[in-house]
Amino acid sequence: MDNNISLDLKIWRQNDARDKGRFETYHLDAVSPDSSFLEMMDILNEQLINEDKEPIAFDHDCREGICGMCSLYINGRPHGPDDDITTCQLHMRRFKNGETITIEPWRSAGFPVIKDLIVNRSGFDQIIAAGGYTSVSTGGVPDANAIPIPKPDADEAMDAASCIGCGACVAACKNGSAMLFVSAKVSHLALLPQGKVEAARRAKAMVSKMDELGFGNCTNTGACEVECPKGISIANIARLNREYLCAKMQD
Amino acid sequence: MSNLLCSSIGKKLLMSLSGLFLVTFLVIHLTVNSLLLFDESGDLFNAAAHFMATNPLIRIMEPLLGLGFFVHILYGSLLTAQNNKARGNDKYDSGNKTKDVMWASKNMWVLGLTIFAFLVVHVWQFWVKMRLTGDPLLDHTHIDVAGVETQVENSYALVNATFSQLWVVILYVLGSLGLALHLTHGFWSAFQSLGASNNIWRKRLTVVGVIFAWVVGIGFSVIAIAQFLFFQS
Repeated sequence: MDNNISLDLKIWRQNDARDKGRFETYHLDAVSPDSSFLEMMDILNEQLINEDKEPIAFDHDCREGICGMCSLYINGRPHGPDDDITTCQLHMRRFKNGETITIEPWRSAGFPVIKDLIVNRSGFDQIIAAGGYTSVSTGGVPDANAIPIPKPDADEAMDAASCIGCGACVAACKNGSAMLFVSAKVSHLALLPQGKVEAARRAKAMVSKMDELGFGNCTNTGACEVECPKGISIANIARLNREYLCAKMQD
Repeated sequence: MSNLLCSSIGKKLLMSLSGLFLVTFLVIHLTVNSLLLFDESGDLFNAAAHFMATNPLIRIMEPLLGLGFFVHILYGSLLTAQNNKARGNDKYDSGNKTKDVMWASKNMWVLGLTIFAFLVVHVWQFWVKMRLTGDPLLDHTHIDVAGVETQVENSYALVNATFSQLWVVILYVLGSLGLALHLTHGFWSAFQSLGASNNIWRKRLTVVGVIFAWVVGIGFSVIAIAQFLFFQS
């Protein structure tokens, strides 16, 4: 193929959580511009294995942008240079021949590196476990119009529910704040009747867990919204502030 | 309620409320100062300054204003320190190339520090002299208040003399620009932290905030420059 590109890859390597870590540079020839970013990583790992070197550890699962597993901070942006996509949806046609690509793990005190490009995002799981659910089964899918929900509310709840919990918001935030994630999870439940019942308790529990885990304080820069692969709006953060302050006032 | 102020959102509530309180102060301050632009004799400004110095409501608000500044600066610094810690020690080697993020929003503490440095000089030059130590320039003058001749401090003379120095004017313009940038983010952000925002109001508040910020920033600058250029006798 004529339009194949060759790349220099500057990648963060770190043996384990306690290792100091360092950058290493690898060269890759003849990468198809049609391959995805993670396929390119696979090709690199195959090359490393053939050279008897340790492959690079990185998170990935569904590779279609819905599981929230892939991460990677590519050339100064979470999920790379494209907008509104996850790393697995990024393609090599976005890069130029001979380009050096810098690949780093998410960096934040709340997301410590486990190995190479993999970080520990269990903080998000703990926040969900603190209240991001409904305590009782609300049954299967209800009949249409059995529970009347205004269309704008339903739309906003669906938009908030599209959060896949990848952590790009924390990675992009200069404060390492998890507010966009927490606000999306609080919003999609608080907007619907099934979730509204526990809305006040949920907001308090999730915010308190978020603070406890050492995520930063939101300063409304909006970087999270720009980098979110699902385009979650920071209007959700305003809603979380509202829900939380109202819940505290009621105490 | 008790642990509200320990939470991240509670601390930001304090930032928001103290910030909005300081915004109302700026509106009053700029309104009084704008009298300097329309009156060569300074009588209007002296009357306003006299009113501010003797009005009981303003006297009550003065310590509250000090408290407002104190809370805003204290919690701003506290939150910044916590946020630096949350960001972690490892910085991104490839920097941050996120587009469409307002520069001011990422540098609020530095801008705040600039404003604070200016504020120290400003308080020293005016408030300390007017309220504590006195100054020969402030010697009493007589103005006509609603037909009654009243004895007031000549605040205008102090303002006029202070702004006869070029370095003071430059400092005040820099302070005002820092304030304007701080407000371009701070204004809408205060409403967001209160929860009083959504996708529609965010756009409106941002526009209002940016306009307000530059009215304040350019307003104070123009008054200082005008005093230096046109009102020196």
